[in-house]
Amino acid sequence: MSAPIHDITLTVNGETVAEAVEPRTTLVDFLREALGLTGSHVGCEHGVCGACTVRIDGVIVRGCLTLAVQCDGKQIDTIEGLSDSGELADLQAAFEKRNALQCGFCTPGMLLTAQELLAAGGVPSRDTIRAHISGNYCRCTGYHAIVDAIESVAQARAGTG
Amino acid sequence: MAEIVGGKPVKPAPFAYAKARSVEHAIELTGRDSEARILAGGQSLIATLNMRLSRPTLLVDINDVPGLDGIAIKDGMVEIGALVRHAQAGRSETIARHAPLVAAAIPQIGHPAIRNRGTIGGSIAFADPAAELPACLLALGGEVVIAGARAERTVAADDFFTGLFETALGAGDVLKAIRVPSASAAARFGFAELARRHGDYALVGLAATARTDGGGLAGVRLAYFGVGATPLRARKAEAALARNALDDAVAALADDLDPPDDVQETGAVKRHLAGVLLRRVAKQLMEGRP
Repeated sequence: MSAPIHDITLTVNGETVAEAVEPRTTLVDFLREALGLTGSHVGCEHGVCGACTVRIDGVIVRGCLTLAVQCDGKQIDTIEGLSDSGELADLQAAFEKRNALQCGFCTPGMLLTAQELLAAGGVPSRDTIRAHISGNYCRCTGYHAIVDAIESVAQARAGTG
Repeated sequence: MAEIVGGKPVKPAPFAYAKARSVEHAIELTGRDSEARILAGGQSLIATLNMRLSRPTLLVDINDVPGLDGIAIKDGMVEIGALVRHAQAGRSETIARHAPLVAAAIPQIGHPAIRNRGTIGGSIAFADPAAELPACLLALGGEVVIAGARAERTVAADDFFTGLFETALGAGDVLKAIRVPSASAAARFGFAELARRHGDYALVGLAATARTDGGGLAGVRLAYFGVGATPLRARKAEAALARNALDDAVAALADDLDPPDDVQETGAVKRHLAGVLLRRVAKQLMEGRP
Protein backbone atom coordinates (compact mmCIF):
# COMPACT_ATOMS: atom_id res chain seq x y z
CA MET A 1 0.00 0.00 0.00
CA SER A 2 1.17 3.57 -0.41
CA ALA A 3 0.99 6.06 2.41
CA PRO A 4 0.70 9.83 2.07
CA ILE A 5 3.87 11.90 2.21
CA HIS A 6 4.04 14.45 5.01
CA ASP A 7 5.77 17.81 4.82
CA ILE A 8 7.88 18.56 7.86
CA THR A 9 9.81 21.65 8.86
CA LEU A 10 12.38 21.32 11.59
CA THR A 11 15.63 22.80 12.83
CA VAL A 12 18.68 20.59 12.41
CA ASN A 13 21.92 21.82 13.93
CA GLY A 14 20.54 25.32 13.93
CA GLU A 15 19.37 25.37 10.32
CA THR A 16 15.76 25.25 9.16
CA VAL A 17 15.05 22.22 7.03
CA ALA A 18 11.87 21.55 5.02
CA GLU A 19 11.42 18.09 3.57
CA ALA A 20 8.74 15.60 2.58
CA VAL A 21 8.87 12.22 4.31
CA GLU A 22 7.08 8.92 4.38
CA PRO A 23 5.67 8.27 7.86
CA ARG A 24 7.74 5.10 8.23
CA THR A 25 11.07 6.89 7.81
CA THR A 26 12.96 6.91 11.10
CA LEU A 27 14.68 10.08 12.22
CA VAL A 28 18.16 8.58 11.91
CA ASP A 29 17.50 7.39 8.35
CA PHE A 30 16.10 10.82 7.50
CA LEU A 31 19.18 12.57 8.90
CA ARG A 32 21.54 10.25 7.09
CA GLU A 33 19.83 9.87 3.74
CA ALA A 34 17.82 13.05 3.20
CA LEU A 35 20.26 15.43 4.86
CA GLY A 36 23.57 13.61 4.41
CA LEU A 37 24.33 13.80 8.14
CA THR A 38 25.99 10.42 8.40
CA GLY A 39 27.64 11.02 11.76
CA SER A 40 24.70 9.35 13.47
CA HIS A 41 24.90 5.61 12.86
CA VAL A 42 22.40 2.81 12.40
CA GLY A 43 23.18 -0.30 14.44
CA CYS A 44 20.53 -2.50 15.98
CA GLU A 45 17.42 -0.60 14.85
CA HIS A 46 15.59 -1.49 18.04
CA GLY A 47 16.97 0.93 20.55
CA VAL A 48 19.56 -1.01 22.50
CA CYS A 49 22.93 -0.16 20.92
CA GLY A 50 22.87 3.64 21.07
CA ALA A 51 24.70 4.25 17.78
CA CYS A 52 21.77 6.34 16.55
CA THR A 53 21.63 8.66 19.57
CA VAL A 54 20.75 12.25 18.68
CA ARG A 55 19.17 15.16 20.56
CA ILE A 56 15.59 16.33 20.16
CA ASP A 57 14.72 19.60 21.91
CA GLY A 58 17.76 19.26 24.12
CA VAL A 59 17.44 15.65 25.31
CA ILE A 60 19.07 12.53 23.92
CA VAL A 61 16.85 10.03 22.14
CA ARG A 62 17.15 7.01 19.87
CA GLY A 63 17.06 8.11 16.27
CA CYS A 64 15.92 4.62 15.27
CA LEU A 65 12.88 4.74 17.55
CA THR A 66 11.64 8.17 16.49
CA LEU A 67 9.87 8.84 13.20
CA ALA A 68 11.00 11.84 11.16
CA VAL A 69 7.37 12.82 10.77
CA GLN A 70 7.13 13.24 14.55
CA CYS A 71 9.88 15.86 14.43
CA ASP A 72 7.93 18.61 12.69
CA GLY A 73 8.64 21.79 14.59
CA LYS A 74 11.38 20.25 16.68
CA GLN A 75 15.03 21.12 17.18
CA ILE A 76 17.47 18.33 16.36
CA ASP A 77 21.14 18.32 17.24
CA THR A 78 23.47 15.71 15.77
CA ILE A 79 27.14 15.02 16.35
CA GLU A 80 28.01 17.26 13.42
CA GLY A 81 26.39 20.33 14.97
CA LEU A 82 27.52 19.61 18.52
CA SER A 83 31.05 19.08 17.32
CA ASP A 84 31.07 22.25 15.22
CA SER A 85 29.71 24.29 18.11
CA GLY A 86 32.52 23.19 20.37
CA GLU A 87 30.13 21.91 23.02
CA LEU A 88 31.82 18.51 23.00
CA ALA A 89 35.40 19.70 22.54
CA ASP A 90 36.71 18.63 25.94
CA LEU A 91 35.03 15.23 25.69
CA GLN A 92 36.38 14.72 22.17
CA ALA A 93 39.90 15.64 23.29
CA ALA A 94 39.68 13.28 26.27
CA PHE A 95 38.39 10.42 24.10
CA GLU A 96 41.33 10.91 21.75
CA LYS A 97 43.88 11.26 24.54
CA ARG A 98 42.69 8.12 26.35
CA ASN A 99 42.13 5.97 23.26
CA ALA A 100 38.39 5.81 23.99
CA LEU A 101 37.61 5.13 20.35
CA GLN A 102 38.98 2.76 17.71
CA CYS A 103 36.56 2.32 14.82
CA GLY A 104 34.47 5.27 15.96
CA PHE A 105 31.08 3.69 15.25
CA CYS A 106 29.78 4.10 18.80
CA THR A 107 31.56 7.38 19.41
CA PRO A 108 28.97 9.97 18.35
CA GLY A 109 26.36 8.26 20.51
CA MET A 110 28.81 7.92 23.39
CA LEU A 111 29.69 11.60 23.26
CA LEU A 112 26.09 12.79 23.24
CA THR A 113 25.21 10.42 26.07
CA ALA A 114 28.25 11.42 28.13
CA GLN A 115 27.47 15.08 27.61
CA GLU A 116 23.95 14.63 28.96
CA LEU A 117 25.34 12.99 32.09
CA LEU A 118 27.97 15.65 32.65
CA ALA A 119 25.61 18.53 31.96
CA ALA A 120 23.87 17.59 35.21
CA GLY A 121 27.02 18.73 37.00
CA GLY A 122 29.17 17.14 39.64
CA VAL A 123 31.58 14.26 39.28
CA PRO A 124 29.65 11.03 38.80
CA SER A 125 31.16 7.84 40.13
CA ARG A 126 32.51 5.29 37.67
CA ASP A 127 29.50 3.09 38.46
CA THR A 128 27.17 5.96 37.61
CA ILE A 129 29.05 6.60 34.39
CA ARG A 130 28.79 2.94 33.46
CA ALA A 131 25.08 2.84 34.20
CA HIS A 132 24.52 5.95 32.12
CA ILE A 133 26.42 4.63 29.08
CA SER A 134 24.98 1.12 29.42
CA GLY A 135 22.83 1.86 26.39
CA ASN A 136 25.81 2.61 24.15
CA TYR A 137 27.54 -0.53 22.96
CA CYS A 138 31.21 -0.46 21.99
CA ARG A 139 32.73 -3.47 20.25
CA CYS A 140 36.29 -2.20 20.18
CA THR A 141 37.54 -0.60 23.36
CA GLY A 142 36.22 -2.67 26.24
CA TYR A 143 34.75 0.50 27.76
CA HIS A 144 37.42 1.23 30.42
CA ALA A 145 39.04 3.97 28.36
CA ILE A 146 35.63 5.48 27.68
CA VAL A 147 34.83 5.58 31.39
CA ASP A 148 38.30 7.05 32.04
CA ALA A 149 37.71 9.78 29.46
CA ILE A 150 34.29 10.73 30.80
CA GLU A 151 35.50 10.72 34.39
CA SER A 152 38.48 12.91 33.53
CA VAL A 153 36.25 15.46 31.82
CA ALA A 154 33.86 15.49 34.77
CA GLN A 155 36.75 16.19 37.09
CA ALA A 156 38.17 18.89 34.84
CA ARG A 157 34.82 20.64 34.52
CA ALA A 158 34.38 20.51 38.28
CA GLY A 159 37.87 21.88 38.75
CA THR A 160 38.98 18.84 40.66
CA GLY A 161 40.90 17.03 37.92
CA MET B 1 15.67 2.93 1.36
CA ALA B 2 15.87 -0.84 1.22
CA GLU B 3 12.80 -2.85 2.15
CA ILE B 4 14.67 -6.11 2.17
CA VAL B 5 18.22 -6.34 3.45
CA GLY B 6 19.94 -9.68 3.32
CA GLY B 7 16.61 -11.42 2.87
CA LYS B 8 15.16 -10.01 6.11
CA PRO B 9 13.15 -6.77 6.21
CA VAL B 10 14.73 -4.25 8.60
CA LYS B 11 12.61 -1.19 7.93
CA PRO B 12 8.97 -0.67 8.84
CA ALA B 13 6.23 -1.62 6.43
CA PRO B 14 4.34 1.42 5.12
CA PHE B 15 1.68 3.00 7.30
CA ALA B 16 -0.30 6.22 7.47
CA TYR B 17 0.23 8.75 10.26
CA ALA B 18 -2.08 11.17 12.02
CA LYS B 19 -1.50 13.54 14.92
CA ALA B 20 -4.23 13.61 17.57
CA ARG B 21 -5.16 16.99 19.01
CA SER B 22 -7.08 15.60 21.98
CA VAL B 23 -8.12 12.32 23.56
CA GLU B 24 -11.47 12.51 21.76
CA HIS B 25 -9.67 13.13 18.46
CA ALA B 26 -7.41 10.12 19.11
CA ILE B 27 -10.47 7.94 19.76
CA GLU B 28 -12.06 9.20 16.55
CA LEU B 29 -8.90 8.60 14.49
CA THR B 30 -8.32 5.07 15.80
CA GLY B 31 -11.99 4.33 15.26
CA ARG B 32 -11.52 4.87 11.52
CA ASP B 33 -9.01 2.01 11.13
CA SER B 34 -9.21 -1.34 12.85
CA GLU B 35 -5.45 -1.77 12.46
CA ALA B 36 -4.53 1.57 13.95
CA ARG B 37 -2.07 1.75 16.84
CA ILE B 38 -1.52 4.58 19.25
CA LEU B 39 1.98 6.09 19.22
CA ALA B 40 3.19 7.60 22.49
CA GLY B 41 6.90 7.25 23.31
CA GLY B 42 7.31 4.61 20.63
CA GLN B 43 10.22 2.97 22.40
CA SER B 44 8.57 -0.44 22.20
CA LEU B 45 6.17 0.11 19.32
CA ILE B 46 8.65 1.49 16.79
CA ALA B 47 11.09 -1.32 17.60
CA THR B 48 8.38 -3.82 16.67
CA LEU B 49 7.68 -1.88 13.47
CA ASN B 50 11.37 -1.85 12.55
CA MET B 51 11.48 -5.61 12.84
CA ARG B 52 8.10 -6.01 11.16
CA LEU B 53 6.71 -7.85 14.17
CA SER B 54 3.81 -5.45 13.88
CA ARG B 55 2.24 -3.91 10.76
CA PRO B 56 -0.35 -1.32 11.73
CA THR B 57 -1.88 0.56 8.81
CA LEU B 58 -2.21 3.79 10.80
CA LEU B 59 -0.28 5.33 13.69
CA VAL B 60 -2.15 7.86 15.79
CA ASP B 61 0.43 10.08 17.48
CA ILE B 62 -0.82 11.32 20.88
CA ASN B 63 2.36 13.13 21.93
CA ASP B 64 0.78 16.55 21.46
CA VAL B 65 -2.43 15.76 23.36
CA PRO B 66 -2.56 18.19 26.29
CA GLY B 67 -3.33 17.25 29.85
CA LEU B 68 -1.85 13.76 29.93
CA ASP B 69 1.53 14.52 31.49
CA GLY B 70 0.62 15.47 35.04
CA ILE B 71 1.71 13.88 38.30
CA ALA B 72 -0.59 14.68 41.21
CA ILE B 73 -2.02 13.36 44.47
CA LYS B 74 -5.79 13.00 44.30
CA ASP B 75 -7.88 11.38 47.04
CA GLY B 76 -4.97 9.44 48.51
CA MET B 77 -3.87 8.17 45.10
CA VAL B 78 -0.88 9.20 43.02
CA GLU B 79 -2.23 9.87 39.55
CA ILE B 80 0.36 9.67 36.77
CA GLY B 81 -0.68 10.82 33.31
CA ALA B 82 -0.14 8.47 30.38
CA LEU B 83 2.34 10.78 28.65
CA VAL B 84 4.62 11.21 31.67
CA ARG B 85 8.05 10.24 30.35
CA HIS B 86 10.01 7.71 32.41
CA ALA B 87 12.73 10.35 32.87
CA GLN B 88 10.17 12.82 34.17
CA ALA B 89 8.81 10.22 36.60
CA GLY B 90 12.35 9.47 37.73
CA ARG B 91 12.89 13.12 38.64
CA SER B 92 9.51 13.54 40.35
CA GLU B 93 9.54 14.41 44.05
CA THR B 94 5.91 13.35 44.31
CA ILE B 95 6.64 9.88 42.99
CA ALA B 96 9.79 9.54 45.09
CA ARG B 97 7.87 10.34 48.24
CA HIS B 98 4.44 8.84 47.58
CA ALA B 99 5.12 5.98 45.13
CA PRO B 100 8.67 4.90 46.01
CA LEU B 101 8.23 1.49 44.32
CA VAL B 102 7.80 3.26 40.99
CA ALA B 103 10.80 5.47 41.73
CA ALA B 104 12.87 2.34 42.42
CA ALA B 105 11.82 0.71 39.15
CA ILE B 106 12.38 3.65 36.78
CA PRO B 107 16.21 3.44 36.64
CA GLN B 108 15.86 -0.18 35.51
CA ILE B 109 13.85 0.76 32.46
CA GLY B 110 16.07 0.66 29.38
CA HIS B 111 18.63 3.44 29.17
CA PRO B 112 18.61 7.22 29.52
CA ALA B 113 17.73 7.86 25.86
CA ILE B 114 14.86 5.37 26.12
CA ARG B 115 13.62 6.98 29.33
CA ASN B 116 13.60 10.42 27.73
CA ARG B 117 10.89 9.28 25.28
CA GLY B 118 9.22 6.21 26.75
CA THR B 119 6.04 6.89 28.70
CA ILE B 120 4.39 5.42 31.78
CA GLY B 121 1.15 4.90 29.88
CA GLY B 122 2.91 3.28 26.97
CA SER B 123 4.69 0.80 29.21
CA ILE B 124 1.41 -0.20 30.88
CA ALA B 125 -0.53 -0.36 27.60
CA PHE B 126 2.17 -2.30 25.73
CA ALA B 127 2.32 -4.77 28.64
CA ASP B 128 5.59 -6.45 27.82
CA PRO B 129 5.76 -9.43 30.19
CA ALA B 130 9.35 -8.55 31.14
CA ALA B 131 8.67 -4.88 31.79
CA GLU B 132 8.94 -3.31 35.23
CA LEU B 133 6.01 -0.92 35.44
CA PRO B 134 3.17 -3.39 34.81
CA ALA B 135 4.48 -5.45 37.75
CA CYS B 136 4.74 -2.31 39.89
CA LEU B 137 1.13 -1.43 39.09
CA LEU B 138 0.07 -4.96 40.06
CA ALA B 139 2.12 -4.93 43.28
CA LEU B 140 0.61 -1.61 44.29
CA GLY B 141 -2.93 -2.70 43.50
CA GLY B 142 -3.28 0.34 41.29
CA GLU B 143 -5.75 1.11 38.56
CA VAL B 144 -5.82 2.26 34.94
CA VAL B 145 -7.99 5.14 33.72
CA ILE B 146 -9.27 4.51 30.21
CA ALA B 147 -11.10 6.79 27.81
CA GLY B 148 -12.99 5.27 24.93
CA ALA B 149 -16.08 5.60 22.81
CA ARG B 150 -18.02 4.71 25.97
CA ALA B 151 -17.75 6.63 29.24
CA GLU B 152 -14.39 6.87 30.95
CA ARG B 153 -13.73 3.76 33.04
CA THR B 154 -11.25 2.51 35.60
CA VAL B 155 -9.82 -1.00 35.57
CA ALA B 156 -8.02 -2.51 38.56
CA ALA B 157 -4.49 -3.77 37.99
CA ASP B 158 -5.53 -7.33 38.90
CA ASP B 159 -7.96 -7.24 35.96
CA PHE B 160 -5.95 -5.20 33.47
CA PHE B 161 -3.29 -7.60 32.11
CA THR B 162 -5.17 -10.33 30.28
CA GLY B 163 -2.63 -12.11 28.10
CA LEU B 164 0.61 -11.80 26.20
CA PHE B 165 0.73 -8.11 25.14
CA GLU B 166 -3.03 -8.06 25.80
CA THR B 167 -4.81 -5.78 28.21
CA ALA B 168 -8.26 -4.51 29.04
CA LEU B 169 -7.70 -1.81 26.41
CA GLY B 170 -9.94 -2.44 23.43
CA ALA B 171 -10.13 -0.92 19.98
CA GLY B 172 -10.72 2.82 20.24
CA ASP B 173 -9.55 3.00 23.89
CA VAL B 174 -6.92 5.46 25.06
CA LEU B 175 -5.09 4.93 28.36
CA LYS B 176 -5.25 8.31 30.10
CA ALA B 177 -3.54 7.73 33.44
CA ILE B 178 -2.62 5.23 36.09
CA ARG B 179 -3.34 5.63 39.77
CA VAL B 180 -1.55 3.96 42.64
CA PRO B 181 -2.25 4.26 46.37
CA SER B 182 -0.15 6.93 48.00
CA ALA B 183 2.34 5.27 50.36
CA SER B 184 1.22 5.40 53.99
CA ALA B 185 3.57 5.42 56.96
CA ALA B 186 3.12 1.66 57.32
CA ALA B 187 3.73 0.96 53.63
CA ARG B 188 6.73 -1.09 52.63
CA PHE B 189 8.01 -1.92 49.19
CA GLY B 190 10.64 -4.06 47.58
CA PHE B 191 12.04 -4.28 44.07
CA ALA B 192 14.65 -6.52 42.51
CA GLU B 193 15.43 -7.45 38.94
CA LEU B 194 17.98 -9.74 37.31
CA ALA B 195 19.12 -8.92 33.79
CA ARG B 196 22.23 -9.88 31.89
CA ARG B 197 23.11 -6.29 31.12
CA HIS B 198 21.96 -3.13 32.80
CA GLY B 199 18.82 -1.97 31.09
CA ASP B 200 17.94 -5.29 29.46
CA TYR B 201 14.47 -6.70 29.84
CA ALA B 202 14.40 -8.78 33.02
CA LEU B 203 15.26 -12.45 33.15
CA VAL B 204 13.12 -12.37 36.28
CA GLY B 205 11.92 -9.44 38.33
CA LEU B 206 9.88 -8.88 41.46
CA ALA B 207 7.93 -5.83 42.59
CA ALA B 208 6.40 -6.12 46.05
CA THR B 209 4.38 -4.13 48.54
CA ALA B 210 3.15 -4.80 52.07
CA ARG B 211 2.16 -3.04 55.28
CA THR B 212 3.93 -3.41 58.57
CA ASP B 213 1.57 -4.98 61.11
CA GLY B 214 2.91 -5.49 64.61
CA GLY B 215 6.25 -7.15 64.02
CA GLY B 216 5.27 -8.69 60.72
CA LEU B 217 3.79 -7.96 57.32
CA ALA B 218 0.20 -7.76 56.14
CA GLY B 219 -1.36 -7.17 52.74
CA VAL B 220 1.64 -8.69 50.96
CA ARG B 221 1.48 -8.37 47.18
CA LEU B 222 4.24 -10.06 45.17
CA ALA B 223 4.20 -9.27 41.44
CA TYR B 224 6.73 -11.18 39.36
CA PHE B 225 7.66 -10.17 35.82
CA GLY B 226 9.53 -12.07 33.15
CA VAL B 227 7.93 -15.34 34.25
CA GLY B 228 4.88 -15.62 32.06
CA ALA B 229 2.60 -13.88 29.61
CA THR B 230 1.70 -11.17 32.12
CA PRO B 231 3.02 -9.97 35.47
CA LEU B 232 1.90 -12.58 38.01
CA ARG B 233 0.92 -12.50 41.67
CA ALA B 234 2.58 -15.26 43.69
CA ARG B 235 -0.37 -15.74 46.06
CA LYS B 236 0.79 -18.77 48.06
CA ALA B 237 4.16 -17.10 48.61
CA GLU B 238 2.32 -13.94 49.70
CA ALA B 239 0.40 -15.90 52.34
CA ALA B 240 3.56 -17.55 53.61
CA LEU B 241 5.37 -14.23 53.88
CA ALA B 242 2.49 -12.79 55.85
CA ARG B 243 3.08 -15.69 58.32
CA ASN B 244 6.77 -14.69 58.35
CA ALA B 245 7.66 -18.08 56.81
CA LEU B 246 10.25 -17.11 54.20
CA ASP B 247 11.43 -20.64 53.39
CA ASP B 248 7.81 -21.73 52.90
CA ALA B 249 7.29 -18.71 50.66
CA VAL B 250 10.24 -19.67 48.46
CA ALA B 251 8.99 -23.26 48.30
CA ALA B 252 5.50 -22.03 47.42
CA LEU B 253 6.84 -20.42 44.25
CA ALA B 254 6.93 -23.87 42.71
CA ASP B 255 3.11 -23.80 42.88
CA ASP B 256 2.68 -20.10 42.11
CA LEU B 257 4.96 -19.87 39.08
CA ASP B 258 5.50 -22.08 36.06
CA PRO B 259 7.67 -19.96 33.81
CA PRO B 260 7.97 -21.18 30.25
CA ASP B 261 11.39 -21.39 28.62
CA ASP B 262 12.11 -18.28 26.58
CA VAL B 263 14.91 -16.85 24.47
CA GLN B 264 16.75 -15.77 27.59
CA GLU B 265 16.48 -18.68 30.01
CA THR B 266 14.79 -21.97 30.83
CA GLY B 267 11.76 -22.08 33.08
CA ALA B 268 13.76 -23.98 35.70
CA VAL B 269 16.40 -21.26 35.91
CA LYS B 270 13.71 -18.58 36.11
CA ARG B 271 11.93 -20.43 38.92
CA HIS B 272 15.19 -20.70 40.83
CA LEU B 273 15.95 -17.01 40.29
CA ALA B 274 12.44 -16.13 41.43
CA GLY B 275 13.32 -17.67 44.79
CA VAL B 276 16.60 -15.75 44.92
CA LEU B 277 14.73 -12.50 44.32
CA LEU B 278 12.09 -13.36 46.91
CA ARG B 279 14.74 -13.62 49.62
CA ARG B 280 16.20 -10.24 48.62
CA VAL B 281 12.83 -8.53 48.40
CA ALA B 282 11.54 -10.04 51.66
CA LYS B 283 14.53 -8.46 53.38
CA GLN B 284 13.67 -5.08 51.78
CA LEU B 285 10.06 -5.38 52.94
CA MET B 286 11.05 -6.24 56.49
CA GLU B 287 13.76 -3.62 56.77
CA GLY B 288 11.70 -0.83 55.30
CA ARG B 289 14.14 0.25 52.63
CA PRO B 290 15.63 -1.49 49.57
